[in-house]
Amino acid sequence: MKSTMPWLTAGLAGLLLGMGLLLSGMANPAKVVGFLDITGFWDPSLALVMGGGLLVASLGFALLRQRRRTLLGEPLNLPTNRTINGRLVGGSVLFGMGWGMTGICPGPGLVLLGAGLDAGLVYVLALLVGMALYSLIERMRHPYH
Amino acid sequence: MSIDWQTFNGATAIAALLGGGMIGAAAVWLAWANGRIAGISGIIGHMVDLVVQRKHEAFGWRVAFLVGLLASPLVWRWFAPLPEVHEQSGLIGLLIGGVLVGLGTRYANGCTSGHGICGLSRFSLRSLVAVLSFMGSAMVTVYVLRHLLGGVV
Repeated sequence: MKSTMPWLTAGLAGLLLGMGLLLSGMANPAKVVGFLDITGFWDPSLALVMGGGLLVASLGFALLRQRRRTLLGEPLNLPTNRTINGRLVGGSVLFGMGWGMTGICPGPGLVLLGAGLDAGLVYVLALLVGMALYSLIERMRHPYH
Repeated sequence: MSIDWQTFNGATAIAALLGGGMIGAAAVWLAWANGRIAGISGIIGHMVDLVVQRKHEAFGWRVAFLVGLLASPLVWRWFAPLPEVHEQSGLIGLLIGGVLVGLGTRYANGCTSGHGICGLSRFSLRSLVAVLSFMGSAMVTVYVLRHLLGGVV
């Protein structure tokens, strides 16, 4: 029981996130590119998705701040990294290029794969290649880790 | 700029707000229950890291999270037909774009979920810099591909 609970709660989180992406229209690349295309016919939906998400999440995270333990009794450690550097900005710029090209970020990519679309499969495979490339580069740079 | 009233109307606006709320709730739930940040690129990337660097560590809860995400369209289909999907790129675009997203999100330590929802809602300046960088870069990319090059990808 103790080992299956974290799987159950994490599975539920993934499911809820996927349903939110589907309901909000963000699993549809055309809606995402419609938001990013600010000089064309603009679709503000993504801003509302962010607004709804940030409203709920900022309230929720504020309530979690006082807690030291999770529901399952594990230590609750949220990220503390504050570094702003070239890796952060350069990586984000690369991510934005790929996002703008496809209209798909990692979450919706998995939803499209789950829906059985070829585009989802191709995108996720390419995503894994990009991430493996990062892991390989980092392994070569820091061989003793 | 003019608003695209074909795709943006009262119904889709409410769906966007509610769907966004669900995404936020999912992020808070994973932090509350598992003590983890719901950053998709971090979750997949960590698993890729373990494989590439041959570390003997279990994927654990990450697998369950991804299974839930992958299963969401199947569960959705029990209740309603899946929403329309219009692809914006061909095979080459998906391949190049996917690799760029994989590489970029790993260097930036996060994507739209991790930096966008979790980071911004925790008032992280680092996440704000990331979000402005990828939003700006994505908008420029769409402008160049759609309006300067006439939709090549």
